[in-house]
Amino acid sequence: MIKEEIYKYDSVYRGDFTVSAYRFNKGDKACCIVGSMRGNEIQQMYICSKLIKALGELERQCRISYGHEITVVPCINPFSMNIEKRFWSTDGRDINRSFPGNASGEPVQRVAAELLSKISGFQYGIHFTSFYMPGDFIPHVRMLETGRENTSLANLFGLPYVVVRKPRPFEETTLNYNWQLNNTSAFSIYTNETEHIDEESAGIAVASVLRFLSRMGIIKYQCHGGYIATTLDEEGLMPVYCTKGGIYRGLKRPGDEAEHGEVIAHILHPYENTVIEEVKAPCSGIVFFAHNAPLASENSVVYKLIRRLKN
Amino acid sequence: MLETVASFALPVGERVNIKRNRLAPKEQAEGQKRIAVVTGIHGDELEGQYVCYELIRRINRNYTELNGIVDVYPAMNPLGVDAVNRHIPMYELDMNRMFPGGEGGTPWEHVAGQVIDDICGADLCIDIHSSDIFLREIPQVRINPEYASKLLPLAKQLNADFIWVGNSSAVRPSSLSHTLNSRGTPCLVVEMGAGMRITKEYGEQLLDGIFAVMAKLGIWTGRVKGVSNPMVSTDGEVTVIHCEKSGVFIPDIQHWTGIFEGDHIGDIINAYTGEIEEEIFSPVSGTVFTMREYPVVSPGSLIARILGGGR
Ligand SMILES: [Zn+2]
Repeated sequence: MIKEEIYKYDSVYRGDFTVSAYRFNKGDKACCIVGSMRGNEIQQMYICSKLIKALGELERQCRISYGHEITVVPCINPFSMNIEKRFWSTDGRDINRSFPGNASGEPVQRVAAELLSKISGFQYGIHFTSFYMPGDFIPHVRMLETGRENTSLANLFGLPYVVVRKPRPFEETTLNYNWQLNNTSAFSIYTNETEHIDEESAGIAVASVLRFLSRMGIIKYQCHGGYIATTLDEEGLMPVYCTKGGIYRGLKRPGDEAEHGEVIAHILHPYENTVIEEVKAPCSGIVFFAHNAPLASENSVVYKLIRRLKN
Repeated sequence: MLETVASFALPVGERVNIKRNRLAPKEQAEGQKRIAVVTGIHGDELEGQYVCYELIRRINRNYTELNGIVDVYPAMNPLGVDAVNRHIPMYELDMNRMFPGGEGGTPWEHVAGQVIDDICGADLCIDIHSSDIFLREIPQVRINPEYASKLLPLAKQLNADFIWVGNSSAVRPSSLSHTLNSRGTPCLVVEMGAGMRITKEYGEQLLDGIFAVMAKLGIWTGRVKGVSNPMVSTDGEVTVIHCEKSGVFIPDIQHWTGIFEGDHIGDIINAYTGEIEEEIFSPVSGTVFTMREYPVVSPGSLIARILGGGR
């Protein structure tokens, strides 16, 4: 294992801004794993730290295949992480909306450009990322439909679902999209939690990456088979809105079943503790995404359901 | 008449209301034109507040001169304006990356869709921005090259100092202006002044332009002032200067117009050591149309944009 600084600049008031990478084995660039790009993606960094530990162990045991390099970049933005700010510490920009970046541009564009140049050329790219709304998902692999995506490879993670979505204009500036344009097969992985550490889903995430690497012949590792993934189109998920604002009490967790018409959340009056809305499932299905904040505004999506076909 | 065009309940006893003031002639007639004046998409940009106030005040003073509809939307992101936040509070999303809205997870996508529906069909929309807290801009109109032929003649009526035909963020896909233009409603983006400030003389300058354009469209029959002839970016080349060091920027520029190659723009100083970290000189002769306003900089921070050279 080699620890390397892949990007660095000097800041008068804070000292150095440093992005570190951990390289395992030497040879062809087989797989690159990127963790938190935003200051609140604690779980994503934590998952990478567990992977770095596991890969270090595998390397010591000579179980990384000869001629295959694996790189892990656990955190791209320590400045924001240390001040508990999701986006760039000064101007609030999002690194994951700044690719491919510009090496002579603004600070965030420089970080994006330098990072992309250092993590290009890998056959596979895995990014642990998070959603812009507060909530939990069933662990899944997400791919942007660029015409180069390969959903059968995404199955090899053994996570229950693979989600494909058409990129919206702003998504052309994500790492996933730009990796794919540079001929890296790119996968974004979503698990439960962002700001807090969830041991169980971190374990699932680590196992899924090791399973993928082992199935691709990059490591020698014994693992159980995981799930045979179902591929979903993001647009096919059924959003469930609340129509009142107040205290939110969700009654379902990701993975739970919901019957058509079943009450799956309550909105409570913020001062009087009365139920002002019973949010009902508009179809039968499985909870894919669940809002997890204690408050909700009117017109928020509080669940996304995988529709169950009538039998 | 003050009307609410979009609204939703917040969790704790409040509502978000996007309001518009419609000024319409007493006598409604067939073929009357409509102009929409929009501002406050970015909550830290306040130059448009004075423009809205003064526009309504001047129309009210000479109401009989009004021969069309003037819709004024002072705050597209009212929570941001009130909470000193550029983005949409809670989600930290850039509202100008959300259009055309409609479907999505947060109530704001819904709001974005309603706002677009409300403005669509106007004969002209003017979306007033004021840079951000980091940069100061001379009064300028920004146009996406896609719509340049249609928008340039209108932009020249706005009494701006400069018209920038280019892909700046306020005119890219998923912005209000791009969405409106793509749907056939002409929209001009004005950038002027700096974030969190109001520059009254810029406001007055733009107001003369808005009345001139309203006269041109037949919306205003009162006397209007002549408008100045703006520079257009296609007349020269835009040079962007970034600093390479971290520290505090101390400007040393005397005149924004008529800067010469080799002129001293300013220094990056170090408050710990008493030394100059970097001296910044202009690489070209021309006109400075953007200048650093916020002193603290890191490598890559934008210092100035100059229209100059000329080919
Ligand atoms: Zn703006």
